[in-house]
Amino acid sequence: MMYSEKVMDHFMHPRNVGEIPDANGIGEVGNPVCGDIMKIYLKVEENIVKDVKFNTFGCGSAIASSSMATELIKGRTLEDAWTLTNKAVAEALDGLPPIKMHCSVLAEEAVHKAINDYRVSAGLQLWDYKEHDDIHAQVHGN
Amino acid sequence: MSGRSVYLDYAATTYVKPEVLQEMLPYFNVNFGNPSSLYSISSVTQRAIDRSRERVAGAINAEREEIYFTGCGSEADNWALKGVAFANRRRGNHIITTKIEHHAILHACEFLESNGFEVTYLPVDQYGFVDPDELERAINERTILVSVMFANNEIGTIEPIREIGAICRNRKILFHTDAVQAVGHVPVDVKDMNIDLLSLAAHKFYGPKGVGALYIKKGIKIDNLIHGGGQERGKRAGTENVAGIVGLGKAIELAVSEMELENLRLSGLRDRLITGLMKIPHSRLNGPKGFSRLPGNVNVCLRFIEGESIILLLDSMGVCASSGSACTSGSLDPSHVLLAIGLPHEIVHGSLRLTMGSGTTDEDVDYVLEVLPGIVDRLREMSPLWKEYLREEIKV
Ligand SMILES: Cc1ncc(COP(=O)(O)O)c(C=O)c1O
Ligand code: FES
Repeated sequence: MMYSEKVMDHFMHPRNVGEIPDANGIGEVGNPVCGDIMKIYLKVEENIVKDVKFNTFGCGSAIASSSMATELIKGRTLEDAWTLTNKAVAEALDGLPPIKMHCSVLAEEAVHKAINDYRVSAGLQLWDYKEHDDIHAQVHGN
Repeated sequence: MSGRSVYLDYAATTYVKPEVLQEMLPYFNVNFGNPSSLYSISSVTQRAIDRSRERVAGAINAEREEIYFTGCGSEADNWALKGVAFANRRRGNHIITTKIEHHAILHACEFLESNGFEVTYLPVDQYGFVDPDELERAINERTILVSVMFANNEIGTIEPIREIGAICRNRKILFHTDAVQAVGHVPVDVKDMNIDLLSLAAHKFYGPKGVGALYIKKGIKIDNLIHGGGQERGKRAGTENVAGIVGLGKAIELAVSEMELENLRLSGLRDRLITGLMKIPHSRLNGPKGFSRLPGNVNVCLRFIEGESIILLLDSMGVCASSGSACTSGSLDPSHVLLAIGLPHEIVHGSLRLTMGSGTTDEDVDYVLEVLPGIVDRLREMSPLWKEYLREEIKV
């Protein structure tokens, strides 16, 4: 399998790895079939993603997608961060092999979960989020 | 990128040894005649094929007329199963195999199931061994064929082939073994082990890719898989891959002559590598230790991390390896072999296979043992599971 240079760069030198001890939004997602896990930590201040970090158990493209997703939302407003899609993550990485697209879905879902986790703790209303069951089904064929 | 290059994926394929390549070369351009033609330049290629057939027969203690060349190991496996199943259909429709076979066997069995055959997939124990008693109990009056691999390509388990062969002979059931990982690496004797059909492939013992052979004991009823011209005594059509067949013959002869010494050398390297890897915390060896493990095979699970990531980082240090992780499989199915020995999905995820061969040196083993712990640490530092373990949220 061939990854783009961008994917390899983010895999070899992942940005924003780690945990935020005083995070106020945490999103953890796992792909039940593949068994991979991604955890995103947010530090939100005045509606801005001040800091973001991740921990990921998964393949090269899962690690690269986490890294890229954190870069794409860092410093953005929550509204902006919410518009993050797996497609945007994959495109920013110069593409992912079709069978690896679901790894970028993990990143999208983890970010959305973390944002909603923050909104709960801040007493805000949850934003509607539709999980990508279709992509899992497409990749795993069940 | 480091300057070093350490190939540790010999079970996937080997390079072609120079002596082998040397023998093959004239059959591309000088001795290129079609072996089926009548003019005299073709008798050279005919003789070359016959010579190769003799060498293969000699390597596994078969007769020359019992060796049929094929396009690869997968073809030999498919031919053995489908050819025997269809030719013996009147005698019965039941086949026994194992859960840890190569996909060339498993998918051929699924095809036969969709054509009215019944297949029993025997489980294996925690080391990957088939239990001969369990195999005997699975035999019924409709059983026509047993197919058990000689040695497993992932975890290196060498199956009790002689015992299984004896059971099959007593019960008058045909016995096929996929010996693709065994031939040229461990002693194989089709007479002594009561093997009726055996698959092999040249590219696993320093021959070229795209050529294999099926041994079919004299007198066995088998249908053709490839229909066409009269090559291989009417049993396998297609103009012969003459250079490939010559390479296979040279490679098998060479491998058998070097086997004893090479096995001693490789099993020493293997055991040193295993001992070193077991010093990494939360690592486990998959497959057996000692004589019933292929001399060049090492397979470990490294907990809390994923195999593709390990392989990519090893690659960046110049090391070629493989994994049974779902993320590396191309179909996102984790290794059926590691699942069959009882490992849960998340542990299969962290599997790493390092297979050694002719080019592997002591320094290569040292190098892997030097770089791998750092790679494991680096990935664990990123892993949410490792963090949970450190916080004692996961028990091991
Ligand atoms: C046990 C086993 N059987 C069959 C095969 C298939 O051989 P080939 O790739 O030559 O078709 C392999 C090779 O990967 C193997 O390891
Ligand atoms: S995390 Fe399993 S394929 Fe990407």
